[in-house]
Amino acid sequence: MDYFLQQLVNGLTLGSVYGLIAIGYTMVYGIIGMINFAHGDVFMLSVFIALIVFVLISSLVGGLAIALALIIVLVCAMALTALWSWAIERVAYRPLRGSFRLAPLISAIGMSIFLVNFVQLVQGPRNKSLPPIMDGGFVIPVGSGNITLAYKQILIILTTAVLLAAFWFVVQKTSLGRAQRACEQDRKMASLLGIDVDRTISLTFVMGAALAAVAGVLFMVQYGVVNFSDGFVPGIKAFTAAVLGGIGSLPGAVIGGLLIGLIEVFWSAYFSIDYKDVAAFSILAVTLIFMPSGLLGKPDVEKV
Amino acid sequence: MAQSEDIGGVAAEPSASLDWPKALRDAGLLALFTLGLSFPILAFRTRQDLTQGLVLDPRWGLVATVVAIAFFARLGWLVFGGALTRGAAAGAARVSRALAPVKPYAWIFRYIVLALLAAYPFLAVLFTGTGGALKWIDNFGIQILIYVMLGWGLNIVVGLAGLLDLGYVAFYAVGAYSTALLSTHFGFSFWICLPLAGIFAAFWGIMLGFPVLRLRGDYLAIVTLAFGEIIRLVIINWVELTNGASGISGIPRPTFFGLPFNASDEGFAAFFGLQFTPLHRLFFLFYLILALALLTNWVTVRLRRLPIGRAWEALREDEIACRSLGIDTVITKLTAFSIGAMFGGFAGAFFAARLGFISPKSFEFMESAVILSIVVLGGMGSQIGVAIAAIVMIGGTELLRELTWLKAVFGPSFDPTQYRMLLFGMAMVAMMVWRPRGLISNREPSIVLHEKRAIGGDMVKEGHG
Amino acid sequence: MSVSSGDAPAGVKPPILQVEHLTMRFGGLVAVNDLSFDVARGDITALIGPNGAGKTTVFNCITGFYKPTAGRIALYRGATPKPGTLDALTNSPRRFATGDDGGIFLLERMGDSEITARAKVARTFQNIRLFTGMTVLENLMVAQHNWLNRASGYSFLGLAGAKSFRDAEAQAVDIAVQWLDRIGLKGRADDPAGALPYGDQRRLEIARAMCTGPVLLCLDEPAAGLNPRESAELNEFLMSIRSGNGTSLLLIEHDMSVVMEISDHIVVLEYGTKISDGTPQFIQNDPKVIAAYLGVEDDEVDEAETELEK
Repeated sequence: MDYFLQQLVNGLTLGSVYGLIAIGYTMVYGIIGMINFAHGDVFMLSVFIALIVFVLISSLVGGLAIALALIIVLVCAMALTALWSWAIERVAYRPLRGSFRLAPLISAIGMSIFLVNFVQLVQGPRNKSLPPIMDGGFVIPVGSGNITLAYKQILIILTTAVLLAAFWFVVQKTSLGRAQRACEQDRKMASLLGIDVDRTISLTFVMGAALAAVAGVLFMVQYGVVNFSDGFVPGIKAFTAAVLGGIGSLPGAVIGGLLIGLIEVFWSAYFSIDYKDVAAFSILAVTLIFMPSGLLGKPDVEKV
Repeated sequence: MAQSEDIGGVAAEPSASLDWPKALRDAGLLALFTLGLSFPILAFRTRQDLTQGLVLDPRWGLVATVVAIAFFARLGWLVFGGALTRGAAAGAARVSRALAPVKPYAWIFRYIVLALLAAYPFLAVLFTGTGGALKWIDNFGIQILIYVMLGWGLNIVVGLAGLLDLGYVAFYAVGAYSTALLSTHFGFSFWICLPLAGIFAAFWGIMLGFPVLRLRGDYLAIVTLAFGEIIRLVIINWVELTNGASGISGIPRPTFFGLPFNASDEGFAAFFGLQFTPLHRLFFLFYLILALALLTNWVTVRLRRLPIGRAWEALREDEIACRSLGIDTVITKLTAFSIGAMFGGFAGAFFAARLGFISPKSFEFMESAVILSIVVLGGMGSQIGVAIAAIVMIGGTELLRELTWLKAVFGPSFDPTQYRMLLFGMAMVAMMVWRPRGLISNREPSIVLHEKRAIGGDMVKEGHG
Repeated sequence: MSVSSGDAPAGVKPPILQVEHLTMRFGGLVAVNDLSFDVARGDITALIGPNGAGKTTVFNCITGFYKPTAGRIALYRGATPKPGTLDALTNSPRRFATGDDGGIFLLERMGDSEITARAKVARTFQNIRLFTGMTVLENLMVAQHNWLNRASGYSFLGLAGAKSFRDAEAQAVDIAVQWLDRIGLKGRADDPAGALPYGDQRRLEIARAMCTGPVLLCLDEPAAGLNPRESAELNEFLMSIRSGNGTSLLLIEHDMSVVMEISDHIVVLEYGTKISDGTPQFIQNDPKVIAAYLGVEDDEVDEAETELEK
């Protein structure tokens, strides 16, 4: 029982990270119908940014309270990653709007290759690891054993929840959110009604990247190690989460992320750690084949 | 590096007479922006010190250089960019016209190319000597031809049938691994493994294609990617069968109708009374992959003019209309998918036999992306476009290895091959922005009543994915 | 190939298509509600009704693009079957029964391409669906895919360059050219279909559907976007298809000049329900139809009906 609960906590932690990345996929897909293949690598980039900023802060201002340092890291990582994502959209996707349908996907794959190799080139191919940032946790006795609720796990789950709530508010209640939903329905009509479509799409990329940066900071806190190739697999898993939850649906992305996290952790805990990625990819394939509209997505009626 | 592709992206409005204050402001803004992008990732290089702590090495000089490049490149673009774009567009149009499939003397051109290809290894020996020829035949000739063949195989799936397949490398892997396993376990010769590899790959194409081919566009792309990764991960983890990540070695090399390419008395050289040289095998491999690639091309060109090929293209144009005409779209897609897979399998068999060693490293997603980008850059459906794209992309990145003189410019630690994939990714983005329909976007009709005319790319649909 | 086996004696018009109790629901929305009508062999039948009445949904059910929620759609090819065969087929799990002289097809059980390939029902679309990047001739060749593909020995004979296939292909080109002559596009055979003017695209789409050799041709608003001259030409073309090829026609149309002039039989739909069914004269004078088109209040319809009944 304690083993099970421990895995549950671990799964939710991992799932929060996936969910945050998945939102970026789902929003971009919702608004311009494109799989932003480079999003996983934007996440990887954000981990590097967070890592460097964290080391920089701790070396400049020694003895800064860890909580304050993490907040500064979070803000910096969100801003800088958003800037990158804005630039990527501007350079690689915007000129292709309304072009040949496959072009943005190819361009995104090119961008993904570029980002991976850029980071490898400027930061080197080795793993970068930090000493553990936040040790310790609550130990809760359950039945015969204990489960450990690490402080950083609490931090991850809390941060995710708070940011999601803020984000939800933006999308549901502000004029930006309304413009986004209008663009989702009909971009041409939205622009006729005076919505700046390009700006709305840019902001969607910015928001997606900011949330990926949150995931990046949490990833750094939780694992403390990153490599230039760490974008691909989490990216695919987050995309799986977005599809599983129903692509285009924000709560779906979060639920999908949590489910993928839980499945991955339980699969590794009870079956085989070797095949955990196979499991994730299989879920992706099975979901797309048998349930392409996901858990919360709208069914897609074929127009004849 | 990150910035060079920003150039021309930000607010490119051509103006007749240059407004200097505005241009300077524009370039300044880009420079500022570049500074923002380079801030932590370029400005500090992370390094693990002896205590395994992370230390930062500042590189503000590099950042300053990059920012200055961005500034002046932008300024230069604003001054000369208009003329450059026009020149490039005219050049591209000229290339496209020159290579347009419908030309009165196209057949002469075709024979010249074939003759050059046939003479290539000899020319390589002639011009670069025995030592240099090894590199030119192997790294350039054989390597490029493998990708030409893979591009042509994938072109059936993506270019003709309009099915976006991001997991094509899986069939390449199936071909390579079936050859490796059959030859090391059962001692089958290459000539038996080659057709079997094609059959296995086609069989896998049908197995994987059947459930997924009802999916639309980008979902199909992602499912094929997932299948490609699953196959690779299973190869890595199923150590008893595949020897896992360390790969399979000792795969017997192909023989010349039973004559091995070695220095022994039964070898090729001894049989024909020649002096033994490793070049013989390379010549043989070159002609082998050339023949395989030409076979792929021949079959594709023939199929395109048959009902099935026309149905593929119709499927790419409009699947619903196809169904209304009584075409069984599942079967039609499956044939495209499995024939494409079969050629991937042949190429895989060749790959395994060429090096005598394979490992899962050769079948990563990046390979699928490279092959797909060759197809798309070439112009989907265009055979010659795919061949040119393969030469440019693979030859170009191979050529980077040769740029050792750059060490003289950038110092001895400069390694141009590190920039290979970086440039590759940038080229993919730039090509999409510049010519989203690829080098050759015209389509040649499959049947003609009066007069053959190419169809402009703007008419041709790219399929639902 | 394109000539069907319509051999019904003149004067007697057995049905070629029987739609019975057809219902189609999308979630909570009832698009078609308990609709029944017949299409007689050799007739031109028109399906009319205000926008959103469910006409295209009926088409999509007949041609297999939608699976109807309930109901039976039977298509008869060749000789009229003996009574009882239809019910026997319905009670069996089979989708169709074919004999030497024709067959019965339960379209609600069949898929879209199967319906065209086996039951010989072809259709066009409201928003033209040509293969725009392929030439006019290629469009007509794709329509003959099924028999040509068989003739190419499922590509094996074709790859080998067998003469039997080359002959078959020449025959297919002949059929295509005949149709191009009839729609006046022979000169443009090698142009991409997308480059044709709108009216030509409409006619080409009909010719393409006819190249599948249908016994029943379903046209979804064939006159939409045509000018009066083109509409008149279309009328002639449709009449020639009926008389020359013995193909029965079912069409959705808003252009009353087309509907009233060429239809033998009209079915009127409103909100997914049939409100009238009869000859053009009967429909023109039906107060319910007038009400549906002009938007008269219900009680006025009742009044009008009582007036008529007097």
